[in-house]
Amino acid sequence: MDLSPFYQDLFTSLNRGLLMSLALIVPSAAGGVAIGVFAGAVRVFGRPWMRRLGDGYAALFRGTPLVVQLFVLYFGLPNLGLYLSPYAAAVIGFVLCSGAYQSEYVRGALLSIKSGQYHGAQALGFTGWQTIRWIIVPQAFRRSLHGCGNEIVYLIKYSSLAYVVTCMELTGEGKTIAAEYFRFTEVFAVIGLYYLALVTVAILLLKRLEQRLAIPGFGQH
Amino acid sequence: MTAATTPILRVENLTKCYGATCILKGASLTLGKGEIKVLIGPSGGGKSTLLQCLNCLVQPDSGEIWLDGVRIDLQSKPDLYRLRQQVGMIFQDFNLFDHLSALDNITIALRKVKKAGRREAEERARIELDQVGLGDKGHLYPAQLSGGQKQRVAIARALAMDPKVLLLDEPTSALDPELIGEVIAVIRNLAAQGMTMIMATHQISLIATLADEILFMAGGDIVEQGSPARLLAPGNTSKSQGFCDRLNEISDGG
Repeated sequence: MDLSPFYQDLFTSLNRGLLMSLALIVPSAAGGVAIGVFAGAVRVFGRPWMRRLGDGYAALFRGTPLVVQLFVLYFGLPNLGLYLSPYAAAVIGFVLCSGAYQSEYVRGALLSIKSGQYHGAQALGFTGWQTIRWIIVPQAFRRSLHGCGNEIVYLIKYSSLAYVVTCMELTGEGKTIAAEYFRFTEVFAVIGLYYLALVTVAILLLKRLEQRLAIPGFGQH
Repeated sequence: MTAATTPILRVENLTKCYGATCILKGASLTLGKGEIKVLIGPSGGGKSTLLQCLNCLVQPDSGEIWLDGVRIDLQSKPDLYRLRQQVGMIFQDFNLFDHLSALDNITIALRKVKKAGRREAEERARIELDQVGLGDKGHLYPAQLSGGQKQRVAIARALAMDPKVLLLDEPTSALDPELIGEVIAVIRNLAAQGMTMIMATHQISLIATLADEILFMAGGDIVEQGSPARLLAPGNTSKSQGFCDRLNEISDGG
C-alpha cells in the first residue's frame, strides 16, 4: 500500500523526530534519577548548608516553568558568553527540572525508612555513609520507584518543549509538517499516538524493573 | 562469678539528658568476661537508654567507657565504629534489614564492615544460622519470618561479628507468648557458651536463672544491685523482689 505524499513526509519527519526525542528522553531520565537520588539524599542527610542548597535547587526548578528554564539556558546564557547547542540546552534543562522533582520523591522515600533500620546498621559498626549506601538507599529507591516512574512518564511528554529552543524532536518536526500541509488535526493526532506508544513502552519497562527489584513482603503492609 | 582480671566492659558515670529531663543520672558498671547482668525496673527507668549509651547509639552527655581495657574516645567516630563492631546489640523489635534475606542480613555487615569476602561471609552466616536453628531459612526475607525467627536471625547477625559483649534490649517483649520460648532457648545456649551479656528484660525466668547480677533501675539510676540469690531470697524486701513478685502475679493472672 502506497502512502500519500503527505503521510510519507509526515512519517519520515516524525520518525526522525522520534529518534531525537529518544536522544533527549533517555539521558534526561537517567540524569534526572541520578541527580534526584543525590539531591534527595543531600536534602535528608546533608549538613545544614547542604540541605539548604538542595532545598533551594528544588524550589527553584520546581517553582519556575520549564519553558522559562529552557529560554534562560538557550537564550540567556549567551549573554554570559556561554553558548549551548539546542540539544545540550534541552537535555540540561530536562535533567535539572526532572532531578528537582525526583529529589522530592526520593526525599519522601528516605524519610519513610524507620529509624530501626539506621540503629540496626549502626549497632553493627556501619559508618554513616555505609548505612545510607547499603541499607537506606536500597530500600528508599524501591519505595520511590512509583513516583520516579511517574516523573519519567511526565518527562516523556514535556520533552516536547525542546522545540521552543529549536531542538527538532517529535513535536517540532510534526509542527513543521502540519504548517506545510495545513493539516493540524491529523498531524497532532499522530504525534499523540507516538507519545502514547513511548509512554506505554516506558510503563512496561518500569513494571519490569519493579518486578525485578521486588522483595517478598517489602513495601506491603 | 569470679571477677576476671580486666573487665570486658567498664563504664563510669554515664549521663544522658534531653533538655531538663535526665534519663540517665550517672550509671556505672563493670562487666567481667562471661558475666551476665540483667537490668530490670519500671518503664522509663533508663534501662534502654543505658544500653544504647553503652554502644553510643545514644551519645552520652558525659561519662567514660572502656572496652577490654581500652578507653573509647566518645567524640571520635572511628572509635565509636570500633566499639560498636565489638559490642553486639539485640533490639526489642529486631531491626532486621527489610530488603535483605536472612542470610544477607548477616553477610552484609561481615562484608561491608569487616571487609570479608562473599564466600567467607556466607559460610560464617550459615554457621550462625545453624546455631540459632534456622539453617534452612537463610533465603527467606524478614517479612516471611515469624517474630521469634526474626529475633533469632538478629542474634545470629550480632554473633557473626564476634562481639565481646552482647547487649539485649527486651529481646522477647515484642513476641507472642508461644514464640518467646525459642528465643529464650537461644539466649540460654549463649549463656552456656560463656557469652558476656547485659540484658534488659521482664522475662522472669531469665532474671532468676541466668543473671549473675541484677541491676534494678529507676529514675535514671541503678538503685539496687546484687545477685539474684541475695535480692530474690524469700522474705527479702528488696525493690527487685517486689518487682519480680509483680511480674509473677501478672504471668500467673494472665
